[in-house]
Amino acid sequence: MSATYGDRQGKWAWRLTGLVTACVYIFLFAPIAATVVLSFNSSMFGGFPMTGFSLQWYGKLLANEQVLSAFRTSLWIALVTAVVTTAIGVVTAFALVRFDFPGKQVLSTLVILPALVPETILGVGLLVLIKAVDQPRTLLLLVLGHIMLAAPYVVLITQARMVGIRRVYEEAALSLGASRVATFREVTLPLLIPAVVAGALLAFTISFDNTSASLFWRPAGVETMPTQILSMLKISISPEVNALGTVMILVTVGIPLMGGLILQGLTRLKRFGKPRERP
Amino acid sequence: MRCNDGADIRGLMTRGWTLYDFRLAWILVAPVVLLLIFFLVLPIAVMAVYTFFTFVTAGVETSSLTLANWQEFFTDSYYHGFLFKTVRVGAMTAVICGVLGYFAAYFIWATTFRHKWLLLLLLIVPFWISFTIRTFSWIHILGEQGLINVTLLKLGLINEPMQMLYTEGAVILGLLHFLLPYMILNVYVSLESIDRTLISAARSMGCTSAQAFREVTLPLSLPGLAAGLLLCFVLAAGSYVTPQLLGAGRDALFGNLIYDTIMGQLNWPLGATLSIVLFVVLGFFAVIYTRYMGMSQIVKGLGG
Repeated sequence: MSATYGDRQGKWAWRLTGLVTACVYIFLFAPIAATVVLSFNSSMFGGFPMTGFSLQWYGKLLANEQVLSAFRTSLWIALVTAVVTTAIGVVTAFALVRFDFPGKQVLSTLVILPALVPETILGVGLLVLIKAVDQPRTLLLLVLGHIMLAAPYVVLITQARMVGIRRVYEEAALSLGASRVATFREVTLPLLIPAVVAGALLAFTISFDNTSASLFWRPAGVETMPTQILSMLKISISPEVNALGTVMILVTVGIPLMGGLILQGLTRLKRFGKPRERP
Repeated sequence: MRCNDGADIRGLMTRGWTLYDFRLAWILVAPVVLLLIFFLVLPIAVMAVYTFFTFVTAGVETSSLTLANWQEFFTDSYYHGFLFKTVRVGAMTAVICGVLGYFAAYFIWATTFRHKWLLLLLLIVPFWISFTIRTFSWIHILGEQGLINVTLLKLGLINEPMQMLYTEGAVILGLLHFLLPYMILNVYVSLESIDRTLISAARSMGCTSAQAFREVTLPLSLPGLAAGLLLCFVLAAGSYVTPQLLGAGRDALFGNLIYDTIMGQLNWPLGATLSIVLFVVLGFFAVIYTRYMGMSQIVKGLGG
């Protein structure tokens, strides 16, 4: 496109655009890079300057029982959230695209709200509700809360792909005698796979990463990974936190990237519908 | 046989239900609907009722109805200051995001760079990195032992570290860092839907590149920009972790106030009142937005 901007004014505007874009990308990644670099610092303070290379903070991390238990907690919550949200989200998206039913308009607005209402409000709201009915905070409540927070994304992603799948495929299977369940499993679901994988991955990271709402909802004594990091930061920014951050980045960036690669392999194997550019 | 109307396909009517029976749809959406009712609708409704409850002492309240909480909110300028600052910080963040994000989105859209997917992927990667980590990583840039201070000290340009962390500027920077990808993706989705031949047409009719941008590209990408602005504003104004980590007490936003009222002072009725205030204020902006733009662009930006 830049070639079409023949005039001088356009050329300068294009250069400015490129410069701002470069700055935006540097802005986005410089702090993260600093954290990763500092995690290998041998200094016992969490900041610059670098005094030498060391892996000791990773060793310390592996010996930190609190961190490990928070990691396990978060992992389990995120796994359950990913599975359940994907299951109920895909089915909801299917109903929203294929069916006409009373309340459809209300539901399609309502389902986006958890992504728009600030987590502080959702956090307080649920606490007030369980206080009103005199119930304790439990792990189940935390997981269900995460599922609600992730649901909009799964539904929207699946809906976007569902729209592109023609219903004649399903109707063909049905008219040949397949049951509804078999049709969904054998026809609809395989066509939806990219959206299902993308939705599950996103639900996983949303749950694994959730901070504000988890601060309100977690049962007494339970720490998830982000709340654990927050409580470690209250003392000081130690090199151990940097190492923890780096490990987290490896996990949360590595898993979706691998998922993406698997997905690419899958779609190359059987090319259904149009490929999508982003999850 | 009409294939679009399931009722006509024989053998499909399970227990008297038509192919696209609305009762089946209700069963399919039931789990999500129940979840939304119990975790979104009911909590906000109960919270609204709670604003009229009487605060007795930390953690204790009675259900005798009172207007005391609302009176406290409306008469104490302490809360008004917080609310005003929250809206101001949210608006500033959204506008800066809009300007910077537009440049970046435009570049990604218009570039002839072959590995454009990489630029897009790099925008999605931040969504995968823990928000807490992304936020505290700013301490390494702005803090006393941060990159900027250490570099400037070493170069001898300053004698003592500058105070950049724990300021409102740091909070806005942190919010920008968290919200820019949302903005860029929103604008990009909007730009992608523009028919590029329109721009060529404008150019061939004698428009300068600036005119073509102003008259064609910019107006057609406004829906994405507007959706991005709303999203950034709402998420910034509702944030809790960023001001907590990067701001000092006086840079706290409304979300922090709510957290302290509930978790610190255990004043639940007042905390509920403040939550409803924030909900109504942000909802007001969202309703104005949907009044003019509808929901579809937000939907595209979030999931499409």
